[in-house]
Amino acid sequence: MKRFFPLVALAVAACGGSDGRNQRAVIQNKGSDTLLNVAQAWAEAYATVNADVAVAVTGGGSGTGISAMINGTVDVANSSRKMRDSEIEAARANGVEPIEFIVGYDALAVYLHEDNPIEALTVDQVRAIYGEGGPVTKWSDLGVAVPGCGSDEIVLVSRQNNSGTYVYFKEAVLGDDGEYKLGSRDMHGSKDVVDLVENTPCAIGYSGLAYATEHVSMPCISSEEDSDCVSPTIATAVDGSYPIARPLFMYTAGEPQGAVKDYMDWILSPAGQCVILERGYAPYTETECT
Amino acid sequence: MDRRDLAWYVDKTAQWVIFAGGISAIVFIVGIFIFITKEGLDFVLGPLNLGEFFTSIAWRPTSNNPTYGALALIVGTASVTGFAMLLSVPLSLGAALFIAEFATGKTREVLKVLVEMLAAIPSVVWGFVGMSIMHPLIMRIFDVPLGLGVLNAGLILGLMAAPIMTTIAEDALKAVPDAYREAAEALGATRWEVIFKVVIPASRNGLLAAVLLGVGRGFGETMAVLMASGHAINIPTSPFDSVRALTATIASELGDTVRGGDHWGSLFTLGILLFVVTFVINLTADIVVRGIRKK
Repeated sequence: MKRFFPLVALAVAACGGSDGRNQRAVIQNKGSDTLLNVAQAWAEAYATVNADVAVAVTGGGSGTGISAMINGTVDVANSSRKMRDSEIEAARANGVEPIEFIVGYDALAVYLHEDNPIEALTVDQVRAIYGEGGPVTKWSDLGVAVPGCGSDEIVLVSRQNNSGTYVYFKEAVLGDDGEYKLGSRDMHGSKDVVDLVENTPCAIGYSGLAYATEHVSMPCISSEEDSDCVSPTIATAVDGSYPIARPLFMYTAGEPQGAVKDYMDWILSPAGQCVILERGYAPYTETECT
Repeated sequence: MDRRDLAWYVDKTAQWVIFAGGISAIVFIVGIFIFITKEGLDFVLGPLNLGEFFTSIAWRPTSNNPTYGALALIVGTASVTGFAMLLSVPLSLGAALFIAEFATGKTREVLKVLVEMLAAIPSVVWGFVGMSIMHPLIMRIFDVPLGLGVLNAGLILGLMAAPIMTTIAEDALKAVPDAYREAAEALGATRWEVIFKVVIPASRNGLLAAVLLGVGRGFGETMAVLMASGHAINIPTSPFDSVRALTATIASELGDTVRGGDHWGSLFTLGILLFVVTFVINLTADIVVRGIRKK
């Protein structure tokens, strides 16, 4: 459902904005649903910066955007994961050299019910909770009793298996060859994960920092047993100290030219980076915003 | 004489439109079957390992070493549908008996309208009820860690299937000729004896068809099950365990899948399985109903 709104908004914006006096350049932008909100916000903000350029944003997933960029139907692809080698080969075979831009970072927070006393977790502990063969299945295995969770069972909340969030969390926490435990509740959206954790004392979930609410707790994560425990915040995602933060990408077909180049330059400028910050993601570099 | 005036053309057009309408169902069902088979065929003939598909629970289509075990999904669908039928068969047969045999006048009309209204509630609304009302309720009443599971989805699905079953069962009971009832009463049978020894045996094919159509409804339901079942790959050992249905798996995974890939094909294979099972259920129901007409 969500992905239709930007389309409608854009159609309206495109009609309302074009006064027919001059030919407007249209940049086609497609891909990741994680980046959709931000991409839409960029497109809207850019309309006030350069009225001669319209940016048409659609979702559909990282893979969809990348294949559209390879086929030349979009100018810019949004992706919440790096392009795969097979995709880069396919692009080259099609005469396209993909150029990668890191446009920001998304910290994946581990979410717990607000009554859960846990304040710190190590990556190893998270792996023992989520990973296939991991020994932790009860809260008492971590040495805590969660109020309201009489059965002591850890209720795993995860994502459907083709979401970029699912893939990145697996890489970052479970390792390249790791697998999730079967039996997790696989939600269909970042927000659904947080909603379920909010209502379920026994639950643990993971989702983008942008989806945090006041009624869930986010433990700090340490990458090693004895290293500092880092809370998921925009600042720790920017400086790279938070262990489960992923870069967000945009890809263009070849070095961007003309209107596309101006757009990419603006996204990476402080003005563009403040837009991503407003949406709850981290800028790719430290940025002062008012 | 065959005169080709306006009326003749109207007549021919009407004939053609009605014919097209009549065979369209066949065209669509064959078309859908060809489509899902075509999309799934490469996978079925290629990477699919039937033994793994039916005996393993490891559904990991996006892993580096993908495995396509659908056992948990099949068991999930079966357990939710089974639980729903446990609830809705007695409920809807009871309701049908009451409406057909006991209720009279206004009560009867109001009940019929209400039952039909129940059938009109969109499935996403049922799913929402499961997620936001039943989930916390089940957690509180039974003191279990999560309220999304077989019990929740089964209750919701039972309530969704009940109106259809009630309506069809009621029609079957009404189709029993009054002469049967009068004859039984003339022999001194009480009201219960009339119903249990005459009306129900006489309409049992129709009642069975009602139940089978309810099962078909439960099997194919997607949205409400996706929301209320917990959507977890798991063989349930208690009614509170989360499960995942075949339909819900297709709905949640198809959107972001690369067209034509193995994952895509595996989801269409689930579709073929669903199609075959619902087809068999509906065909059985149809044959059973035909059985009544011949009598």
